[in-house]
Order: sequence, then C-alpha cells, then structure tokens
Amino acid sequence: MIHLDLLSGLTPPPAAFDLPPAIAVESSQVDWLYNMIYYVSIFFTVVITALMLYWVRKYRRQKTDKRMETPHYPRLEIAWTVIPCFFVVFLFHAGFKVFMTQAIAAQDALEIRVRGQKWFWSFKYPNGREENSHLYLPVNKQVKFLLSSSDVIHAFFVPGARAKKDCVPGMYTTLVFTPNVLGETPVYCAEYCGAPLGYPEPALEGAPHGGHSAMMAMIHVVPQDEFDKFIKEGPKRPEGLTDAEWGKQLYRQNACITCHSVDGAKGTGPTWKGMFGKPVELNAALSGGVGNVTADEEYVHESILKPQAKVVMGFNPVMPPYTLSDKQIDAIIAYMKTLE
Amino acid sequence: MAAITTDQHGHGGHGDPNVDYLHVSKGIWSWIYTLDHKRIGILYLVSVITFFIVAGLAALLVRIELFTPGRTIVDPDTYNRLFTLHGVVMVFLFIIPAIPASLGNFVLPMMLGAKDVAFPRLNLLSYYIYLLGSCFAIYSLISGAVDTGWTFYTPYSTTTNGAVIAMVLGAFIAGFSSILTGVNFITTIHKLRAPGLTWSRLPLFLWAIYATSILQVLATPVLAITLLLLMLERTFGIGIFDPHKGGDPVLFQHFFWFYSHPAVYIMILPGMGIINELISTFSHRKIMGYRAVFISSLALALFSFLVWAHHMFTSGMSEYANMVFSALTFLVAIPSGVKVFNWTGTLYKASIWAASPMLYALAFLFQFCIGGLTGLFLGMLATDIHLHDTYFVVAHFHYVMVGSTVFAFWGGLHYWWPKITGKMYDEGTAKKVFWIVFVGYNGVFLPQFVLGSRGMPRRYYDYLPQFEFLHKVSTMFSWVLAVGLFWMLFMFIQSLRNGKKAPRNPWNSAGYEWGTPTPPPLENFTSPPTFTRGPYDYHLATDAEIAED
Amino acid sequence: MTTEATADHDEHGEHGGDPEHPHADHPKWLQHHWDTPAQQFDAAKLGMWAFLGQELLFFSGLFVAYAIYRTWFGEAFAAGSHELNRTMGAANTCVLLFSSLTAALGVRSSQLGKKNETTIWIVLTIGCAFAFLVVKYFEYQAKFHHGLLPGTFFGTPRDMLTFEPLVGAHSPAAELPNHTNVFFSLYFIMTGLHALHVIIGIGIWIWILKRNLRGDFSKRYFTPVDITALYWHLVDLVWIYLFPMMYLIDYVPPGHRG
Repeated sequence: MIHLDLLSGLTPPPAAFDLPPAIAVESSQVDWLYNMIYYVSIFFTVVITALMLYWVRKYRRQKTDKRMETPHYPRLEIAWTVIPCFFVVFLFHAGFKVFMTQAIAAQDALEIRVRGQKWFWSFKYPNGREENSHLYLPVNKQVKFLLSSSDVIHAFFVPGARAKKDCVPGMYTTLVFTPNVLGETPVYCAEYCGAPLGYPEPALEGAPHGGHSAMMAMIHVVPQDEFDKFIKEGPKRPEGLTDAEWGKQLYRQNACITCHSVDGAKGTGPTWKGMFGKPVELNAALSGGVGNVTADEEYVHESILKPQAKVVMGFNPVMPPYTLSDKQIDAIIAYMKTLE
Repeated sequence: MAAITTDQHGHGGHGDPNVDYLHVSKGIWSWIYTLDHKRIGILYLVSVITFFIVAGLAALLVRIELFTPGRTIVDPDTYNRLFTLHGVVMVFLFIIPAIPASLGNFVLPMMLGAKDVAFPRLNLLSYYIYLLGSCFAIYSLISGAVDTGWTFYTPYSTTTNGAVIAMVLGAFIAGFSSILTGVNFITTIHKLRAPGLTWSRLPLFLWAIYATSILQVLATPVLAITLLLLMLERTFGIGIFDPHKGGDPVLFQHFFWFYSHPAVYIMILPGMGIINELISTFSHRKIMGYRAVFISSLALALFSFLVWAHHMFTSGMSEYANMVFSALTFLVAIPSGVKVFNWTGTLYKASIWAASPMLYALAFLFQFCIGGLTGLFLGMLATDIHLHDTYFVVAHFHYVMVGSTVFAFWGGLHYWWPKITGKMYDEGTAKKVFWIVFVGYNGVFLPQFVLGSRGMPRRYYDYLPQFEFLHKVSTMFSWVLAVGLFWMLFMFIQSLRNGKKAPRNPWNSAGYEWGTPTPPPLENFTSPPTFTRGPYDYHLATDAEIAED
Repeated sequence: MTTEATADHDEHGEHGGDPEHPHADHPKWLQHHWDTPAQQFDAAKLGMWAFLGQELLFFSGLFVAYAIYRTWFGEAFAAGSHELNRTMGAANTCVLLFSSLTAALGVRSSQLGKKNETTIWIVLTIGCAFAFLVVKYFEYQAKFHHGLLPGTFFGTPRDMLTFEPLVGAHSPAAELPNHTNVFFSLYFIMTGLHALHVIIGIGIWIWILKRNLRGDFSKRYFTPVDITALYWHLVDLVWIYLFPMMYLIDYVPPGHRG
C-alpha cells in the first residue's frame, strides 16, 4: 500500500490499534469520536470493576454479620442520573455532526454509481464507463456515491473511510466521502446476501470465498490526472501479466464466470471452452435473421457490448451489456484463445 | 370453570404441606398434564437447556469453520445455515423464554405468597404452544434449513431456497407462548399478591418480570404480523416487501425491529431482575435505590419501543429518522447506568458472601459494563456507520445477551437449584466451573470487538489473512467455554443423582421464596402468608428466618 | 415475614380439609388458588384486556403498512376502493354492530341469571356472525371473478373455489392505476385476518352456548360470557376501522357529486 498524505489540510490521527488505516477526510473525525468513547468506556469499566472487587474483598461476610439498613444517598443518585444525561446529549450531538458530513455532498462532487449484485460490485463513472470489482477515485475530491442493488440488499462498506450504506433494490441510497490518501483500500459487502452452492472463486482476485464474504472490491485512490486518463481509456493491464492472464482476471472480476464456464459445463450462457474461432449456431429469430456466425474477434466484441444482438441457439437472451474498454475485450479474447 | 382433576393433587391431598411438589404425584402423565407452575417451570427448563445445547453446538461448528481462512469444515451454504440456526434457536427457543418461563414460572408465585399463577391451564397451554413452535423449527432444520440469518431480511428471505416458511412458522407459534405467559404474569402480579405485599415491597425480580411481561404482550404481536406477512409474501407473492410490485424491502426491517428491539429488553430485564436477587442475598442488603431500580425497569420497557431503527442507520432512512433514533437510543443508556451504579453501591459496607451464584452476578456487572458501554459506539451515528454489521456488533450483543442475560440465568439456576430440586450441587466444582466459563466466554468475544473495528464484517464464511489470528483466538476460547458448560451440566446431573439434601434456606436469604420448605409443597406455603416486611429488609428479618433451617 | 394464616383463607377450607372432597366448601368453578370469586373474576377480566391489547398490536402492523402505502399510492388506493361494494360493506358494518349489541345484552342477561334469555342473545350473535361471513363470501367472490387479487395473482379473473382462471372473463385490472395490486394485497390480508377472528369468535360463542345450555353460568359466575363478549367487541371495533379505511376512500355521498 502506498501512503502519501498530500495536501488534505487535516492530518489523520494515528489510528487506534483496532482501527484500519484512514483514507478519507471524514475518517479522522470518526476516529476521534471512537477513541473518546473508547477511553470513557475503559475508564468506567475499570472503576466499576475495581470498586466491585475491592468491596467484595473488604466487606466479606464476618461471623458477626450485622445486618444493616441500606443507607440513602439522594444527592449521589441524582448526580449519577443527571450527569450522564448531559454526557449522552453531548455524545449524540457530536456523532450527529460528523454523520451529516457523510450525508451531504457539495454540488460539484464526483458522482459514482454503484450497483451491488450477487456477488460482485459494479461501478459507473460520469462519462458512462463501467467497471467491475475495481474502483478508481481521484485524491482530494469529494465523491457522492449513488447506490443500488439488482437483487437483494447489499451494503457498500469502505472501512478506510468509515463509510457504509445499504444498497437496496428498487431505490437509490447515497454516501459521501473525500479520499485524501493515495493507495488501495478494500470495499466489503456488509449486508448478508447469501452464498453460491459449492466453492467457486470470488470475482476479485485474492478475495475470500463464499458469496457474501467474497463480494469484495478494491478502491484505487490515484492523482487527478491519472484518474482522468483512466476513465477515458479504461484500466491498463496490470504489471507482470500477459494479455491472456489479464483476460482470465477480467473473466472473474466481471462475473462472466457466473454464466460462462471454461471447462465445457453448460451454464446460463455458452461455455468458452473450444468456442473461439469455431462456428456458432444462433437463434435466428432473436439474432436479426442471422443463423450462423464464426466466433471471431468481432463477434466477441459485439457480444460483450451488445449481447442481445446475437443470441446462441438453446440459450435465453439474459446477458446484460458490459462497457469494457477495447484493451479489456482484447485481453478477454486472448484468454478465450487459450481455452481449447 | 371446571374443577381441576384430582390426579394433580395425588395422595396427599392438595393442601398437605408435608409432601413436596415433586412427590405429591408420580408418573409421566402427572407431568404432562400438570397445572403446577413449578413443574411447568421445570418442563420449560429442560426444553430451553436442550435448545441451548443444539444452538450452542451450531455455534461451535461456526467457530471451527472460522478457525482458518478458506474452507475448514463446511461449504459456504452450509455455514450460512449453521449461523442462522444458531441465531433462530438461541433467540426464539432459548433466550426469550429461558428466564421468564423457567425460573420465573417457578419463583413468581412463591415471591408473591400465592399458590399458583393466575391462569394455570393457560400456563400449561403456553408450554405446549412453545413445543409446537419448536417442532416446526426442528422440521425446518431437517428439511433443508434456512440461510437467511435470524433477521430474515427481505428480499433475500422471500427469494432464497430452504425451509423458510417452516422456520418462520415455528417462531410465529412460539411467539404466542410468549404472549400468553406475559398475560398470565401481569395478571398474577396484579391479583395474587398476599396480604402485606404492597407494590413497594415487590421483589425486584418481579418488577423485572412485570416490565418484561408488558413487553411480551405488546411487542410480540408485531413480530407475529411481520412473520405472517413474510410467509404470505413467500407463498402468494403478495408484494408488500417486493420492489418489483411496488413494495418496500426496508418496511420489513421497520416491522421486524419494532418487535426485535423490545425483544432484547425481554431478554435482559429478567436477567437484571435476577441480579437484584443475587446481589441482595449475598450482600445481606436491600438493593440501593430500590425505587430507582424498579422505575428504571419500567423506563427501559417504555423506551425500548422508541428506538428500533437504531438497527437501521445504514438502511437508507432519511437523515431526520437517523437523528431521532440516535437521540432516543442515548436516552436508553440512562436507566441502565442507574442500575449499574445502584448494584455497585449496594456492595459498599455490605456483608458479602461470594458463593457461586454471586460470582455470576459479579461477572454480570463487569460484562454488562462492557456490553452497555459498547452500545454507546453503536448509538452514535458517526461511529455506527463504521461498526454496523461488523463483528463489533456481534461482540456487543453477545456481551449483553450472553455475558449479561445468560450469566444471570446461570446465576439464578445455581441460586434456586436447591429450592427447585431439594439438593445442593458441589460448591467447589461450581466455583471452578465459573472461572472456566468466565475466561472462556470473555476470550471468545473480547477479540471480536477488535475484529469488528478493523473492518471484519459479520456473517462472513471466509476472511482475509489479516483477520486470522483473532479468529483463531476466539475459536480456541470457544472450546474452553464449551468445556466449562458441559462440566456445569455434569455438575447439576451429579447433584440430582447424589447431591446433599438442601436445607430450607441455604443462602441465608430474607427473600419470600426462602420462607417456604425446600423443596416446597404443591401450594408453595404451609399456610397462606401475610408479609410484614419487605423481601430485602435484612435489618428486620429474624435470625430464624435467615437461618439455614 | 410472618406466615400466619388469616381468617379469609379458611373460607374454602382447603387446609387439612377432607381429602375425599377437597372442594366441599366452595363451588367447582372457583379455582383453588383464588380466595374469592370476585378476585377470580377481576383476574379474568384483566387477563382478557391484556390479551386484547396484544390483538390490537397485531392488527396495528397492518394499519401502519396501510398508512404508508396509501400515502405513496393515493390514486391506486382510491381506485381500488371504488372497486369495492360499499353496500355490502355497510351491511356488514351494521350486522357486526348489532351483534355487539346482542353480545352485550347476553352478558347482561347472564349476569341476571336468565339462562334462556342468554341463549337467545348468544344465538343471535352467532347468527349475525354467520351473516357477516356470508356477505364476505359474496364480496370475495366478486373480487375473484374480476381478478382483483393480491400480489402475483392480480389481473387474472379466477373461480373462487377451484382457483382456475375464468375463460372469457374481463378484469378491470388493466385500466386501474399502477400499484392497485398493493391495495388489494392489503385488503385481502386485513379483511381475511379479520374474518379469521370472526370464525374463531363463532367457535368460542358456540362453546359458550353449549356451556350455558348445560347450566354452567349463574348470577355468581358468568365470567366466560363476559370475556367472550369483550373479545367480540374488539373484533367489531377492528371492522369499524377497516370499513372506512378500505371502502370509503374518496367517497362522495350521492347528491354531492359534482
């Protein structure tokens, strides 16, 4: 992870030993509150427990057990009822103030649409580019996320930003934060959404398994110019990977794996094993009258961007369109070529 | 009303004070058809302990799976069914009925100076309704189980496969048991107090049961309608929670938590009630601030209805709603704090005997501090956004539900064991068991606060390597806890088989229930009592009353 | 704590009493843990009121759902309401109100120990309840024939008993505003649940009738009649809310329609 604290104006405090590294402006405010409650809690727990243990020992029952009436301390009782009232009002206010900074976006905030679905994340940039499993954000720019779900309730959780919001089917929710530290930070799904049968690989490489727990994405906070370049051109092939290896990654990140097998097994969509370069029988009625085609580069390119244009015989037209860049599609094609 | 059948009165006649309730009638039918609140309490006790073991085993399996990243013993789908099983059985079949219906049933009439509860037949019916509900839950388990989590959020629960309807029906039916028990206890406390037992002399355990019963009666029906709507949605596609049909999935959450938040007070209030009894008896003192304590029980019951959406801060509710519920949630902290201060203050200049039941009460104080204070993190909006749906929440609620409520249950079980069975358990063993349970329990859940703050979400089958160490620690301590609990069970079984005969008042308590023989006769008292002092007035109680025999 | 017995408790002499006839001194309807009939009666009433409290909360969830969806889909709710038969709804309202009256009169006559008069009032109450269900049957049947059904079934006319789609029947569903299916989902759940409570009430009244004919009740003991009537009044009260909420949305009386 690269950590460069740039011109954010607010130095994040050292995280408590149990908080993840902060990557957003709001994180430090949340952390301050967290630490405050943490120390108050430790204090009270220690005091009560110490008093308890001390008095249990000091006033242990003697043979001469004098049974006394319990004395009253009305002023003490009033104090310990009223003072906590003030304290909790302060706690509420402090928390509410910070909360509102994560709720309200400035007019010129960068708007990112996030869609959660079993079991991967989809991101859409203002220029229409769509990527799955990886999100690029420019540093020091406030982001307003528009969240939704295609199926069940998910939750978009960015521990580094201390931010979380449910993604609910049928409605949009919003989340706001300003990343101010370069580097990578994970996104988890924080609303239970089930798991597939068996033990398939997760969409994001290196993520855990198991559906809900596999539903991870990675945020890359980059300098503004790099971000601009990215949303224009799309992601670059990661260092050290061949095109085919990158294609294999993309196959998982974009959840092609959900419907298209690579070992010949029949799924919701046709298997890629041995498909590239061979003739494909189409459902002519759904494919504009075309009955046959060769599965070449052009066919694959079209099928990814406009999947409803040509539907293979024996399958339903259920594939959603993907906005992948030419480079990404080339990588996928390279991967397909390895699947004889 | 038709007369009670004479079977129940057995050979000694129903007024004979020389025969205790366990021997007044014999044979399995005398238990199946019993109208005696004490026997019904025992029936519940056996059932809740059985379900605790079932759900506890599920938890052990969950923790074993989490011992290593990746697949350890089960697949993700099975894992999801295991943690759902743990939650549903623990919440609906163990913790909600445990203290009120088992210990409460047993002790309530005795603490009032009454012969039985207001509606003995309704009491037995409540038990059988509970069993019927549990049958549906068991049927669900063996026909595919459920993978929704105990919260059944839509639209996942309306679209997933599995025996959801059977499980939900089980919870629905068990809810009626809870409601009828509540109706019974409210009426009993109002109408069956012996002469001299004014409201200001009411034992604090009964104040707690009273507040709990109000919650059971008023909150549980909302769960019933929520589960009914869920079942209708699953079978008939009604569309109330389905966005494709104009419905709202978040509405389910509002309905669900409108019950389930008061439900957690149904769980904790009786536990707090027991702590009052334990601290008082083992300090030989009236609880400090008696009035403040019972008022805070009623206040908790009232406030518990106002805070449900603090479970939903990230659900997409408006900022206004979030603000209101956060503010109300902090209000709930005050009565809880008042109680903790009063319990601690009771120890000052008292006369303390740290017998095994008292150890559980002291552990309660420590663990309730942790559980309650971690609630502050979750009531505050800014921090909750980070901590919601992480292991921090799991640790918080296990500290209040297990570290507090269940420890109180175990404390109460130890405390009233002699009264229920007429036998003592081995005190030396009990103390060793306590320490193993205490260490095991805290070892499981304390690390989970850290896991959660570091970002580990809950209900996860698998995790990144950075979380492995704390998961391993938590799992290993779960084995310690399991050993402790099995030893506790064994200790109690040994007590039944060859425990020493218990004296009338082994704990030298001034409580009303200790004024009856141990074990008590069928109608609890040798002759109907009149109370001339409060149950915690140790300075007024005579030496004869406090003595063991 | 003293444990002296006081004079009151010997009233029914169960302490050291004759084991052959343990209840010799008090009537068989007085349970052994109560000191006086008044205490038992008060307890029964308190218990029933607590139970009614929870019944109210049970329905209240549906009222809340109704309020929310009506706010969001006002037009759909008005349109759905227009499809209901107001005459039948009003008739059912009168029937239930009248049955509450007969139930209350039944309690009164039972209090006075008038067994035969009580029988008449109970029979009338049961009769009204059946009348309610009959009207409900015809109402539901009309909804089925028009395909005005909850959830996924909205839009297809069906036969009520066989549930088969009706060939050639036309459903007004297509002309109704969006989300009218939500109105009908709530309509069926709320009136259905209410009808279930009416059926349960009939069962309980029949049992009370049987006990009355058997001579179980008297001036001293009429508690079951009283608490059954309490339950019945709640069933009536729920309908009093359901009727305007379901049938009278956007209702303009004749003579005021512009």
